[in-house]
Amino acid sequence: MSWLRYSFAVFLYLLQCTDAVFEDQVGKFDWRQQYVGNVRFAFFDTHSQASKKLLVATEKNIFASLNSRTGELFWRHVDKTGPEGNIDALLVHGQDAVVVVGDGRVLRCWETNIGGLNWEVLLDTGSFQSAAFIGVQDFVKYVAVLKKSAISLHYLSNGHQKWVENLPDSDTVQYQTVYSGGQGEVLVLGLVPNSHIVIVSYNIEDGEIMEQMSVEAPWMSSLEESCVVVGRGILLCIDPITLSLYTLPLNLEEKAEMNQILLQSLDLEVSSGFQPLLTATQPNPARPPLTAFFLQLGPEHHILLDLSDGIITALRDFKPSRLATFATTGEKTVVGVMAPKNETACSINLFTVDTGRRLLDTTVIYHLDPSGGKPNKLHIQAFLKKDDSVGYRAMVQTEDFALTFLQQPGRVVWSREEALADVITMEMVDLPLTGTQAELEGEFGKKAAIQDGLFAMVLKRLSSQLILLQTTIGHLWKLFYDARKPRSQVKNEVTFETLSRDEFNLQKMMVMVTASGKLFGIDSKSGSILWKHYLENIQPDSAFNLMVQRTTAHFPHPPQCTLLVKDKETGLASLHVFNPIFGKKSHISVPALPRPILQTLLLPLMDQDYGKILLLIDDQYKVTAFPSNKNVLQQLQESASSIYFYLVDSSQGRLSGFRLRKDLSSELIWEVVIPVEVQKIVEVKGKRPNEHVHSQGRVMGDRSVLYKYLNPNLLAVVTESTDTHQERSFVGIVLIDGVTGRIIHDAVQKKAKGPVHFVHSENWVVYEYWNVKSRRIEFSVLELFEGMELYNSTVFSSLDRPHPPQVLQQSYIFPSPISTLEATLTEKGITSRHLLVGLPSGAILSLPKMFLDPRRPEMVSDQSREENLIPYAPELPIRAEWFINYNQTVARVRGIYTAPSGLESTCLVVAYGLDIYQTRVYPSKQFDVLKDDYDYVLISSVLLGLFFATMISKRLAEVKLLNRAWR
Amino acid sequence: MASSIPPHISLSVLSTIILLFCTEYANCNLGRRTSDALDTDFSVPLEHSFEIDDMPRFRRRGSLELRPGRETGVTISQSHLSEEDRNMLKEVAAVDGLYRIRVPRVALQVDRQTEKQTDGYLTAFVRACALVESHLSDIITLHTDVTGYLIGVSIVTLPGSCQGVEVEDEVDLESFNTTLSVMGPVTAPPPETAFFIERMEMEMEKKVKNPQEQKSFFAKYWYLILGGAVFLMATSSAQPPAGGDREQS
Repeated sequence: MSWLRYSFAVFLYLLQCTDAVFEDQVGKFDWRQQYVGNVRFAFFDTHSQASKKLLVATEKNIFASLNSRTGELFWRHVDKTGPEGNIDALLVHGQDAVVVVGDGRVLRCWETNIGGLNWEVLLDTGSFQSAAFIGVQDFVKYVAVLKKSAISLHYLSNGHQKWVENLPDSDTVQYQTVYSGGQGEVLVLGLVPNSHIVIVSYNIEDGEIMEQMSVEAPWMSSLEESCVVVGRGILLCIDPITLSLYTLPLNLEEKAEMNQILLQSLDLEVSSGFQPLLTATQPNPARPPLTAFFLQLGPEHHILLDLSDGIITALRDFKPSRLATFATTGEKTVVGVMAPKNETACSINLFTVDTGRRLLDTTVIYHLDPSGGKPNKLHIQAFLKKDDSVGYRAMVQTEDFALTFLQQPGRVVWSREEALADVITMEMVDLPLTGTQAELEGEFGKKAAIQDGLFAMVLKRLSSQLILLQTTIGHLWKLFYDARKPRSQVKNEVTFETLSRDEFNLQKMMVMVTASGKLFGIDSKSGSILWKHYLENIQPDSAFNLMVQRTTAHFPHPPQCTLLVKDKETGLASLHVFNPIFGKKSHISVPALPRPILQTLLLPLMDQDYGKILLLIDDQYKVTAFPSNKNVLQQLQESASSIYFYLVDSSQGRLSGFRLRKDLSSELIWEVVIPVEVQKIVEVKGKRPNEHVHSQGRVMGDRSVLYKYLNPNLLAVVTESTDTHQERSFVGIVLIDGVTGRIIHDAVQKKAKGPVHFVHSENWVVYEYWNVKSRRIEFSVLELFEGMELYNSTVFSSLDRPHPPQVLQQSYIFPSPISTLEATLTEKGITSRHLLVGLPSGAILSLPKMFLDPRRPEMVSDQSREENLIPYAPELPIRAEWFINYNQTVARVRGIYTAPSGLESTCLVVAYGLDIYQTRVYPSKQFDVLKDDYDYVLISSVLLGLFFATMISKRLAEVKLLNRAWR
Repeated sequence: MASSIPPHISLSVLSTIILLFCTEYANCNLGRRTSDALDTDFSVPLEHSFEIDDMPRFRRRGSLELRPGRETGVTISQSHLSEEDRNMLKEVAAVDGLYRIRVPRVALQVDRQTEKQTDGYLTAFVRACALVESHLSDIITLHTDVTGYLIGVSIVTLPGSCQGVEVEDEVDLESFNTTLSVMGPVTAPPPETAFFIERMEMEMEKKVKNPQEQKSFFAKYWYLILGGAVFLMATSSAQPPAGGDREQS
């Protein structure tokens, strides 16, 4: 019976916390943006004239089709991360797109219209070199895949292997290219560096070696970099040392020699220090390449040349020119060249490929984004107009991973910011007040009140009230005006002018830092990018640390964010200080950081301009303050003895604590060393500084209070054993006080392995690990309590808490692997907490913390029922209605950011990975908000009715009293 | 401490505490015990430092003696504070200086001493004033990892506050009143599947025993359902259905 009773209790609880999205709320409070990453290969579908498809394969191992009219995704295939899913080659022919994945591990063919898989074959092992279509009699029938030691031929129609052959002398010859001119031959080109070229010709039917020859080329070090095939099978190579071109007919039968043509003889000059580059085109794989080719002679110098009958003629010299590319539509091939016009713009023009004549009316002006990177790739989508002339659209790829699609005469049709596919860290910043609100604020500013007299103050007050009235009327008018329009036409365009804090502070500015070094300011309500800023010269694999030094609350001082960019190799760091609302770089002088930075510390102390003081600790334990003026230094001197910080050296397992000295040096005060031979420190996490805890304790069944151990300086250190044997591996969790270095708790989860994800908040730590023995994911929760009475209830000091806390712990089974873990955060901490679990499936689960409570009883008692504790069950449930992103899955979710809003019930959530998803969650439901369908008419009519009823009854009572008095 | 916990939490506390909580309290020796103890004992120096200028200069405070055998047993022997030291400590307390201790990084099992060489120290601190005001009563905890190797040391005084109370009596600062304990890592509990299954089985058994509970839902409440159905039918046939349902929106 008791079982039934508490299962009923659980049922009731679950019924209560069922909180899903209604169909009409979809997209109302949330948005998702899908990205593909930096584009490696891009092809416009030239299959038909009206085609809108753009096929891209990216460095994020994604193969996708974009709508070239809008820039939206048609479909997207997300492969495995890392080298296993790496896209080596993309070949497009008609409706088939052939992709080689994972260093030649898999060969796939996709149908480009709907993104369906035509076929997939597994290839033999061997490092991938090159792939090409093989045409026979104007018809592309096969795909050839060249590996280090073998070549295989597959049918394009079904992927079946026609033949596979070992390459001769593959241990000495580096085979790099496969070529077919459409005459049914398969030529494999190999090279012995600085010696000779090997050309092997295969029979297309049975893979027999038809002929094999070698040509002396002692100057050549790489075939792929220096050679192209032009015209009817003529290999054209460039030698950067002697500055000469070499030609070699591939289908000659007798022993041939390379024919040298000096660039000087063509009146060509290479910029000093530049590696000249050849580019040719083969518009149709079933036909030989064109005779025209590009030779790049300098960073801004291209030349279009033509090779026919062994004679090279210059068609057109493009100087200056940044980028040049070929494009084909139907039978026509054109050349697109981007030339710098002035400081801020480039012009793109089309030229015919056979004569180099400029096509009229083909200029597109491309404006360089001052906050973006330089263009590094040009893709041209050419099409035939009705009068048979060639029209085109251009896609420019820049070094900050942005794609811009342009149309004549220079209109930007769409642009995509693919840098957002790799968000490293983010912060949410409150939006500023509107001009009128700011005016009011200014009126009550202290300085103004002292300067002006009483009369001036009254006038000011009246004028600001008038302005307020004016804006209110304007706002109402807009509301009324908008209400008459159909909903779809009402556009909520967000611009800097309309950017202001809403009444519940639900709309914020998301400042996102991406791996490419591009910063974005995104409006959290609509997801539109309001500003972007590209930091040049960022080393790949840098570490970023974003800090909000001054929030928007200190009008008229602008908000200020500081980004610390740290080079992982050298440890040297630089600061970028900017305004998070407008993205503008601040003019504040930044301290020079000549030494590697080990730790940063954002103090709660503020300088006279309300900016929080940032301390940077270098490798000699010297502290640099930013900002560092007299006021700051004075404050630091005053409070130096109460500023402590810790450093983690995971390579030596050393955690050490330091105290700041008055002269901004520091002294070592504690040291904990976890031997690296046994376990290594994986991660150290403190608590979030903006976290509020509303209640000091938990009321228990017998009405006594169990006080929480709320140590703001507590650090959770997670270690993993170096011994990975199933029986001996473990995950360690050590709780250390960051001020005193006291080990508060040290627990070991046996037979466990990482990756460990954990959240540290309030008085609890939740961590997730892989149980090696039971082969499952498990969650464990640690909660710390001071006990039934507080040691010192007024203030917490790490230096004065002699009693160790009581630690409760419980573990659970979680039926899914997880990608990331975060906890919700609200303004005052009254709302119950939920854990946000990012699953590899792309779903984000909002798991009530109530389920992860070490006080869940194994046997139900009256007291535990009184306390609303759920009886212990070893498995944590996953319920479909807990997925906060319903069907809006976030691919490869890597992090979740939570921020409080002005409403206590509401927490803003941003999940980022490949995609970005923003939503709101209400862990305790919307207890402080009236529902959408709240019946205002009913409540007001009831109120009015009651009011009149009291009036009438009062009148009646008076009459009655009067009558009685007369009697 | 445990006595103050009500029984229903102590159950869950116990489950975490019982497992490998190798805490061993040892009374400190206040007497002038010679530092060269038995030959089989291994002793580790405990050093302390308190300086006006806060530059650590460690001096010997006493020694930790490890008892041989599988079990970790540590006792502390320490000498009295000299007159000079007492004055120094009071001076340091007056300027809110730090009182630091350090121990070398060693393994606490005696038989494993030869395996690892000492490399570096583990340090901890407490405010000197707190030590003075607590009349030199401190609690030193040595933390070990799973192999018994020292990873950290912590010192707290009881009481831990600095209220500016003058300690007049010189005798109070003469000798340490130290509580020493050694703590190894606690084994975190795995999910309690066995207990849960046991409980489920018990519930099942109970159900089998009680024939009243064996009846199906319909068998038990058929009259209520029937009554409800009849009532619904009666009401629905009596009045035509009202207009559109508002909840649909």
